[in-house]
Formats: sequence, C-alpha cells, structure tokens
Amino acid sequence: METKATTPSSLSDVANSAKARKQPGSGKLGVGLEARGVHAWFGDKLVLRDVSLDFWSGTVTALIGPSGCGKSTFIRTLNRMHEFIPSAAMAGEVLLNGQDIYEPGIDVTKIRLKVGMVFQKPNPFPSMTIADNVLAGLKLAQLKTAKKDDLLEECLNRAGLWSEVKDRLNAYGGSLSGGQQQRLCIARSLAVRPEVLLMDEPCSALDPGSTLKIEETIQQLSSTMTIIIVTHNMQQAARVSDYTGFFLSDGGPGELVEVGPTNEIFSRPKDTRTENYVTGRFG
Amino acid sequence: MSTVTVKPGRPWKRTPKQVMSTVLVLLVSAAISFTAVAATEMKGKLAYLAIFFISVVVINFAENYFNRGIAAAKDSVSSSVTAAGLVIAVVPIFSILYTIFDYGRAGLNFNMFLKDMSANGPNDPLGQGGLLHALLGSFIMVGFGLLMSLPIGILTAIYLTEIKGIYSRPIRFLVQAMSGVPSIVAGLFILSAIIFPITKSSSGFMGSLALAILMIPTIARTSEEVLLLIPDDLREAGVALGGTQWRTVSLIVVPAAKSGLVTAIILGIARVAGETAPLILVSGGGDAVNANPFESPMGSLPFYIWKGFIFGTTESIARSWAGIFVLLVIIFFLFIAARMLSGSGSKK
Amino acid sequence: MTSTAARTDLTPDKREITTKPRLSDRVFRGVATGGGLSSLVILGLILIFLAYQGYQILRLEGLGFITESNWDVVQDNAGNTDLAASNFGLAAMLIGTLLCAALAVVIAVPISVLCALYLTFYAPEFLKRLMVAIIDLMAAFPSILFGMWGFFILMPHVEYWAMLVFKYFNWIPIFQMDVPVFTRSPFVAGFVLAIMIIPIVTSISREIFSQTPLDRVQAAYALGATRWAMIKAVVIPYGRGGVVGGAMLGLGRAMGETVAVYTVLNIVYQINWQVLIGAGGNVASMILLKFGEASPTETGALMAAGLVLFMLTLLVNSIADLIVNRTGGKGR
Repeated sequence: METKATTPSSLSDVANSAKARKQPGSGKLGVGLEARGVHAWFGDKLVLRDVSLDFWSGTVTALIGPSGCGKSTFIRTLNRMHEFIPSAAMAGEVLLNGQDIYEPGIDVTKIRLKVGMVFQKPNPFPSMTIADNVLAGLKLAQLKTAKKDDLLEECLNRAGLWSEVKDRLNAYGGSLSGGQQQRLCIARSLAVRPEVLLMDEPCSALDPGSTLKIEETIQQLSSTMTIIIVTHNMQQAARVSDYTGFFLSDGGPGELVEVGPTNEIFSRPKDTRTENYVTGRFG
Repeated sequence: MSTVTVKPGRPWKRTPKQVMSTVLVLLVSAAISFTAVAATEMKGKLAYLAIFFISVVVINFAENYFNRGIAAAKDSVSSSVTAAGLVIAVVPIFSILYTIFDYGRAGLNFNMFLKDMSANGPNDPLGQGGLLHALLGSFIMVGFGLLMSLPIGILTAIYLTEIKGIYSRPIRFLVQAMSGVPSIVAGLFILSAIIFPITKSSSGFMGSLALAILMIPTIARTSEEVLLLIPDDLREAGVALGGTQWRTVSLIVVPAAKSGLVTAIILGIARVAGETAPLILVSGGGDAVNANPFESPMGSLPFYIWKGFIFGTTESIARSWAGIFVLLVIIFFLFIAARMLSGSGSKK
Repeated sequence: MTSTAARTDLTPDKREITTKPRLSDRVFRGVATGGGLSSLVILGLILIFLAYQGYQILRLEGLGFITESNWDVVQDNAGNTDLAASNFGLAAMLIGTLLCAALAVVIAVPISVLCALYLTFYAPEFLKRLMVAIIDLMAAFPSILFGMWGFFILMPHVEYWAMLVFKYFNWIPIFQMDVPVFTRSPFVAGFVLAIMIIPIVTSISREIFSQTPLDRVQAAYALGATRWAMIKAVVIPYGRGGVVGGAMLGLGRAMGETVAVYTVLNIVYQINWQVLIGAGGNVASMILLKFGEASPTETGALMAAGLVLFMLTLLVNSIADLIVNRTGGKGR
C-alpha cells in the first residue's frame, strides 16, 4: 500500500485499494443478523432512535461516528448486554437467523453463545491459564467437547496467537502484552463457535503493531462469520470493513445516518453529514 | 423521521407466563410438603420448610435441565439456595422485632418516663417505678463519651485523609484493631486504670470513658470514609487561594463533610447505646435519678434491662422488655436519621 | 554539543522542594497526629494496665493460667485469699470461647455468603435496598437484646434441633452426650452468636462481591454464561480472600461477646467439647459472672483473663486485616 499524506481523499483510496469487497448474498448463510427499528432508552432518555440494519454473513461491517452517538449502545442491544443497565429499555427487533432474540421465553445465554463480543479493554480472566481462558466459554456454558486440544489450537490459530503462546499455554492470562491479551479474548469468543462477533473498539487500547495483527485476524475470520466492529478510527474502518454504517447524534438520540459498501461511504457518501464526517470537517 | 411514537419496552423482564409458572412450582411444592409430612413421621415447621425447599429446588432443576441444559439447571439451584440464605438471614430480625413489640407492650406505661427505681424493686407491679433514671443516665453517659471520642475520632480521620503522614498505615491498623476490642475488656481497662488506683468507686463518668473507647473506632472510620469522598478539587482550590492546610481543612473540607460527620456521630451513638457489659463493671447501675456523672453510681437503659432479666420474675422481665422497647425505638430513630443524612449527602 | 549523549550530561540535578510551614499548620499537624496516635496510646494502656493488675496471678500460674482449667478461690475466715491453695486456670473457658465462636462462624458464614450473593447478583433492585437496610439495622441491635430474645424465643427451637442432631448424628464425637441435658448449651450460644454476626459478615461479603471488576463479569456474560457460571468463574476467585477476612472479623466479634452468651449458656467449669450439652462458658461471660463477688486477688485473676481475651481478639482481628488487605482485589 502506498504511503500518502492523510488528505481527505486517502480514505476512499484505502477503501478502494483494499481486498475485493464482498457483495450482498455472497456469504453462505445469507443475512446473519438483522436489526429492525431498534430504539434504546436509559430511563426516560432516548439514546438511540430507529436503527434498521442488515448484517450479511461473511462480511465485516464497521460502525463509525463521533463519541456518544450510541454505537456501543447499539451493539449491546445485539447480544442482549444492554439490559444489564438497570434503567435500560428498548424497542424494535433483532433477528438472528430470522428469529427475534428478544422474544419472551428465549434463553438469553444461548443467544450470547451465538453472538459473541470482544471488548475495548482486553479482559482475560486473571485466575485462569491461557488454555483455560480460551476454553472458558465451554466451561461456563457447560458444553462438552471431545477434542479440547484441537479446539484450543484452532481458536488460537484463528486469532493469530498460536505461534506466540503454544509453548506457554499454562501461563496465566495476565502475563501477555495488551495486543496478545486482546487476541486471547478473541480466541476465547471463538471457542463457543459464534455466528456473529461484535467488537467494541477492540484496538483503541492497543499499539499500532497489535492493531495491525488484529485487523488481519478480523479479515480472516470474516469468511466464516458476521463481524460488526465499532471503531473511532476511520482508517481502520476503511481498511477492514466491507460495509460501513455512520451514526450521528445532534445532542439527542443517536441515529443511523447512512449505511453502504465501505468504498462508497468514503468516496461517494449520499448524505452531506456523512461527507462532512469522513472528510474530517467535524468529529 | 417517523411521527409514530415508539414506547420503550423491556422484553427481558419476566413475562406473566413465567411468573405463573414460578407460582405453580411453589404451590406444587407446598402441596408435596404437606402430604409428605402427613404421610411420614416427621413433624414441626422445620419439616414443612425443608421438604418445601427441596421440592422447589428439584422441580426447578428438572425443568431447567430438560429445557435448557445443565448450566441453566445449576443456575436455578443456585438462585433458590442463595434466596434461602437471604430468608434465613432475615427471619430472625422479624422475629426479634415482633417479640419486642409483643412483650414490650405489656410493660409500657406513661408513668415509666417520669419515675425511677429508687423506691421500688424490680419485682413490683409494672405501674410503679420507671426508667427515668436509666434514660437520663444513658443520655449523660453517652453524651460525655461522645464529648471525649468525637475530637479524637475526627482528628484521627483528619490525620489519615489530610495529613497522610508516615504513621497512616499503623494508625489505620490500630483503629481497626480497636474496633475489635471486646466491650468487657474496655470495662476492665477503666477498672484497672482508673477506678482501682484512683477513684475507688463506680460512677457515670467511668461508664463514659469505657463507652468512649468503643466509640472512637466507629467515629474515626466513618469520618475517614466521609472525608475521602470530598473531592480534591476543593482542597486544591483552598490551597491555591493561599490558605494554610489548617484553614483549608477547617473552613472548607470539614464544613463540606458536615452531614457525613453528623452521620458518624449518630453511628457512634448507636454503637454504644445498647452496650451492657462495661457499664455493669464500672458504672454501678444506680436506681435513682442522678444527674452528676462524677459521683455515685448511675443507671442506664442497658443496665436497667439487665437488672430486670437477672432478677428473674415475671414482672421484672416484663420491665426489661419494656426497657428494650424504649431502647430499640431510640436506636431505630438514630438509624433512620443516619440513613437520611447519608442519603442526601454521599452515596452508599 | 547537539549529540544525545552530551545532552543527557547537561540534565540538571533535581532540586529539593521545601517549605517552611506556618505555625498554625505545625500546630495542626501536631494535634492531628496526636489524635491519630491516641488509638495506639489507648491500646497500649489497655495492655499495660491489664497486665499490671493481673501480673501477680499470671506470675503465680505461669502458662498454667491458659492450659489448666480449675478455678478455685480458697479463702480463709478473714476473707483473705489463700494464694497457695487457690487455682486459676482459664482453659475451660478459653475452649468454650473458641467452641462457641467457631460454631457461630460455621453457621453464619455460609448463610451470609449465600445471602450476599443473592443480594448482589439475583435480587431485584427494590428488594436489595430494603434488605440491605434491614440487615444494617440488625447490625445495630444491642447484644442484650439478642441475649434475651435468644433465651426466651430461640432457645426452645434450638433445643429441639439439638435433639434432632443428637438423634441422627450422635456418631460424630462432638455431638455425643453423657447425660442428655439440652438447655443452655454451647449449641444454643453458637446459634445466638451466629445470628449476631450474620449482619456483619453479610455486609462485608456484599461489599466485596459488588466490587468484582465489571469487565470480567461482562466478559463471562458475553460468553453466554449463566449467573451461577459467572459467579463461579469470576466472583469467587476474586472475593475469596475478602470473605475469609470478613469471617474472621465475625469470629473476633463472637469471641468477645459477653451478655448474649451469659444469658443463654450455663457456665460450668470444665472443658466441654460436647456442644449439645448444657454446660460451657466463655471467658467474657465468666468475667461478668465472677466480677460481683470477687475478692481483690480474684479480681486480679479476672484482669489477667481479660488480658488473655484482649490479646486473642487482637490476634484474630490482625490476621483478618492481613487477609483482607493481601488478597482483596488481586483476583487470584
């Protein structure tokens, strides 16, 4: 990739020159996750308004926008973590393989097995070894698996960490660097075989070297699952995603302004607000 | 932008159907427990409760295991078992409150607050004699105790939060150690250090000294917590204006922590209001109204209650319960005052 | 002069920053330090005076004060105590203290931990606030209340349970009895003490559980864990040390309890391991019992007993402090 000065047009260059983008429907499983009219409240305050979005399996969708416009709140409605906040309320539907995950009577823990999450700050379990951390999801959900070692190696490979830790699988999770810890967390989420992986600013606490490794991981993972990544870093969105959604709040509830293929959002956005954001006029 | 208003929902909350099934499980378990007790030789409330609890756990476990898997089944067991822990922990409180109300009521009468026991014995009918001396004595002793412990407690807290000197860790440790001193040891200390060598007689002031020892840790700890909550910005502002540390602390920090410090005082009072053992040792437990803490024995509510119990007759025990009733009302008011103060000020 | 090596040689030394405090500040520091050190002074004085008063007896009995369990005060006709013939041995009461307190902890800690887990992780918000208020209120109840309630209300129930325990579990040595007398046993005292320390241990456990780092909790939930799975994987490793510390604080409180034990326990002078039988004692209630009629010499012995109790509770509280500070928040 050529090094260019960071002029507004370089984002679209990055987006255009990245690997071939996937087209809708090219994933084997069709639409992985759909959000329909999702609203979110904290107490009486509406913080997210009417977000409808399809996430295709086999693709990476980036959600960009300035701070405080509801991106993190939105992805937390996708794996039912939003409801942990005492005053939280929502409206709308989130369909996983056609079924609304908020339907009464649904077992929420099963949903979270299918929709995994990687957090901003790496959070391996400090009381467990690296191996135990990766397999923690199985233990927590009491899932049986015949070939633990194979699964361990597979997940660490997919997360791009195997070669670095294969000789010290019994070391404690806290002994790794920040970037390695985050890849460990990714491996951990992979062990329960999710269909969708949510990533809430996964690289914002990491150095550029680790960030690059994780972006490579994301690209490799996207062939078999749906990935949704919230990021503040527009260059990252341009590098890594097939689709991009732009969120904005004007002091009130956050809204999805525009969504589309990444190279279009960065070179030919349809909404002036999107254009102002990606060209750096605000935010 | 749609003009249709969307209402906030909480689809994760328990649906009426789920609530109904929980109620059903409870009813079925109750039925099982009744039939089990009737059919076998077990008896007593314990049997009913045990079978009821076991049925609830087993039914929930089975239902979750077959519908949702072993992890959910274990979670349902843990939910029931921890709830049982709460019930067991809280039942004694209600029993105690009920007992006080039930037994204490009988001994209550208005005259009680106007008379003392100098002319009567504990065994006399309940209309005679009263606890005026006990109330006054407790008031005086706790008051003097507060007078002595408050400065020490607050100064300790100030040392720990404002001065943060080299003795901070040992002092924090010592305050914690002091809060573990058994109350009877505090009484023995006053006996050995002051009464035996010097005064040779019990008095209210001796009681105050013992109570002060017990109050200092509570006041120091609560005050420290409260002072830590005052943000450093205030201190920095005071110092940036050229104030000395003394002025900053006394004119800015302490007034800002006012309500919390009052909470500390109330908690300190509540801590010692019911202390019996040290007062038995050093205050003499007088029966007459005595407003002079430095001379002759002084009564107190806990001592009054104690005397009634030790005497052992129905009337005297009824007196004790009436005394407990009064004591509990006082503690209850102190507790509510403390919560209201800390609710309006800091968070907990 | 522009190379990096040369530049580091030019870095100046650090300056010492001093100030001359004003007089009011120096007085302030002095007074506050004095106030702070007063706890040291008071604890030290307690140690000194109790030791001073009890010295004679301690010297006489030596280690036997703690290991023997005979408390005979022999007096001649003039009321003077015959030191040579008298015996002061605390062992029975010490063992009783430990027994009752240990029983209280065994009963109270599981209940408190379960209650704290429920309140922190399972209870709806309004129930949690109500129950926390009620439990804090219970922590403020005076011990004489527990004594009287324990004697009049709880004891009949506990005696019944003791009978059940005796009936089904008397193959365990401590539940055996030579003569079945169930009234006023250490078992009852243990229950009363347990109920007294449940609020404290519950409060401490609750605080610790609620401080579990949120990111670990969320990581577990995001992996599809149920509440119990999350508690087992994250909360328990984190909170283990703190809960043990809280349990030891409860132990210390139970060891020093006086009136509550006095009312429900029949104080008898022999070492008694049989918890169900109606005989036992603890050091604090023994002091209370003997205090009224003690001769000066016996009072000295009681002071010595107080000293032993003081040091014992100090030891337990220090260990508790250490455990809480060492393991709290480390997560292992």
